[in-house]
Amino acid sequence: MHRRFIVSDPDKCVGCRICGLVCSLIKEKGFNPLLSRIRSIRMEPTFNISIACCLCEDPTCVKSCPKSALSKNMETGIIHVNKDKCNGCAWCIESCEFGTIILHPTKKTVAICDLCVGDPKCIQYCPTGALMFVSTEEISQKTREKLFKIFAEKL
Amino acid sequence: MSGYTYKILIVDLTAEKTNVKELPKSFCKKFLGGNGFGIKLLYDHVKPGIDPLSPDNVVVFAVGPFLGTSIPTSGKYIVYSKSPLTGFQGESVSSSFWGHSLKMAGYDCLIIKGRAKRQTYLFIDDNIIEFRSARELWGKNCIETERLIREKIGDDNVHVVTIGPAGENLVRFACIYNDGRFAGRTGIGAVLGSKQIKAVAVRGSNTITVDKPDELLDLCADLIERCRNNPTIQTYRTVGTSGKFNQFYKAGIVPINNFQRSTFEETELVSEDIRNISAEYMMEHYLNKPMGCLGCAIACGHIHFIREGIYKNTVVGVKYETIYALGSNCGVKYFPAIAKANELCDKLGLDTISTGVTIAWAMECFENGLFSSRDTGGIDLSFGDFENLINFIPKIAYREGLGNLLAEGVKRASEKTGKGSKHFAIHSKGLEFPGYDVRGLKATGLAFAVSTRGACHLRARVYSSEIGGKINRFKVEKGHGKYVAQRENLLTLFDSLMLCKFSEEIWNEPYKEFANLYTLVTGMTITSREIRTAGERIYNLEKLFNIREGWTVKDDSLPPRILKEPVPDGVAKGSIITADELKFLLDDYYAVRGWTKNGIPTKKKLIKLGIDDVSEEVTV
Repeated sequence: MHRRFIVSDPDKCVGCRICGLVCSLIKEKGFNPLLSRIRSIRMEPTFNISIACCLCEDPTCVKSCPKSALSKNMETGIIHVNKDKCNGCAWCIESCEFGTIILHPTKKTVAICDLCVGDPKCIQYCPTGALMFVSTEEISQKTREKLFKIFAEKL
Repeated sequence: MSGYTYKILIVDLTAEKTNVKELPKSFCKKFLGGNGFGIKLLYDHVKPGIDPLSPDNVVVFAVGPFLGTSIPTSGKYIVYSKSPLTGFQGESVSSSFWGHSLKMAGYDCLIIKGRAKRQTYLFIDDNIIEFRSARELWGKNCIETERLIREKIGDDNVHVVTIGPAGENLVRFACIYNDGRFAGRTGIGAVLGSKQIKAVAVRGSNTITVDKPDELLDLCADLIERCRNNPTIQTYRTVGTSGKFNQFYKAGIVPINNFQRSTFEETELVSEDIRNISAEYMMEHYLNKPMGCLGCAIACGHIHFIREGIYKNTVVGVKYETIYALGSNCGVKYFPAIAKANELCDKLGLDTISTGVTIAWAMECFENGLFSSRDTGGIDLSFGDFENLINFIPKIAYREGLGNLLAEGVKRASEKTGKGSKHFAIHSKGLEFPGYDVRGLKATGLAFAVSTRGACHLRARVYSSEIGGKINRFKVEKGHGKYVAQRENLLTLFDSLMLCKFSEEIWNEPYKEFANLYTLVTGMTITSREIRTAGERIYNLEKLFNIREGWTVKDDSLPPRILKEPVPDGVAKGSIITADELKFLLDDYYAVRGWTKNGIPTKKKLIKLGIDDVSEEVTV
């Protein structure tokens, strides 16, 4: 069974950040992109993307945690944070290659996307359909389809 | 603390002091936010008759109660000041991330007063406000300034509003830039320049809460779904506002050569000529990427990338208004040149509409022999000559030679030049016309004449009903006044709650839905009747401000060309708004508004709206 994770298509993403607003409301009861588990990046003039935890097979964040506060659920792939163990040292944030872990400014513990228990709300609210909930196999299929189209046009 | 932060930040540049004031709940409910806050604070903080470019003027930035929530298209802010272009209330709306940062820093409004002793930029970091030297930024263009400040502070969460060289040099139609968007109109960039303020950088970290999060979230899902499915919004997303060009051209309302014509070729309705600036052509030939503002489910802003030719590597978002102003109105049909001119205006901090109309006026002067190439510094300002157009734009921003005259805007430039040039100075109250030849859109003509900020297509936005045939665009009849007044009240609400007007079609019953959203967000109960009245109240307050500045019925007018010369060609051929027709429309409009024949709100009206106390000196 392939695990699914959140992917954003930069061709469709317009950088509205509704995903982050919705995420912060659901997880933190208030609108604040700084508290969101999905973060948006804009590079002027034309590039937009939103990024959440990629469920790495061998996550560096888990390995880097000196308090063993992070653990990976082998079934779902979700990284869990043990709030009692986490002391907010932020080593995981440094080690994450995607910049998707946040340090909560008041609770002083880290937070990571938990895929809203298998039904990510950010995806439902994405106005342009840029966000997708897909497995590695599905995303590579989509890439192959794109490639095929490019070849088909050339022929 | 739901929806609002209930705080205003007041920055006194002369004293280098800052002050935070509470906004009472009653104030918020009465004036809603954005437009309402802006005009009320301007009314209270500016003395009548001051010079807009003196330290006595203030600049008010305001946001709305929905900003920072998931309500689609709520990412906007408004900037208010006494306009150096019109001398009346000046306002301009922009969007994206800056307003959100201001609200997250803890403020619904920012008031900038006085004049800094040296070139300064402000850095608002939540509750820490710094006056920083802008000596190294002075002279830099808008986009560079934003980048330099962000690099200096070292945080991408910092958002910046800034002026370009045009604002520094007090060009009367200088605009304000942030996050790739512009508060373009009425010249408030020059007011910031006069205060020696180059930029305002903001970083905010506070959470924005709402009263009923779960219900709001459910409603937002529905609103976003409506945005996904609405055909007009789909066009905005795939093509942008430039998609309107062909439709408008066929309707004969795209002004060409300073409103001298409405077609490029007399013989053909849609000639080959417009093909090259049509949206379809642009889609095909230039990279076209939609860029959304914060919370936007529309993304009307499209970035175009010119990949070849003499203007290779121009990257800019070209809108319909710019294709008109720097394109058709200057006789230019070559899209890469329009893009290049647009990019220049953006960097220099010039409003593209006012720039285009003012240059088109100069081109007509040149055509009529009022200016020679000696006046223009060797630049041959002829319609269609885009190279010279592009060379001339910086002269306005730096006030060089003839550019110094044009930097005053078309009203002042034509008054100074005389020799009949006022006849073809296309403005109302000093604000240059957007891209609508109102001779073939008579209700829009009324809206342009009465607009409180000068010629504006967005106060009433009745052109789509006219082109769509909902009302007869060639006829002057009773009812236009009522329609325009109603639309103004409604759109004032869009600017006060701060929602994008391009979302208009998704609202089935706007007053009811706005009232519901307002209650869910702020926790303050408001009825649709109350919210409707608030729109009218805010609009009347704008009017009162203008009256206090010396407005008379003569100011609600249209340029002589519109009143005296019929459209010479195209679908609208022969159409004109005569002075008598305008008088008829104004009478109808004032009566519906509950104003006197001279356009002054009556005491009775103001009591009904609850603003009789603010305006003793101007009412009858």
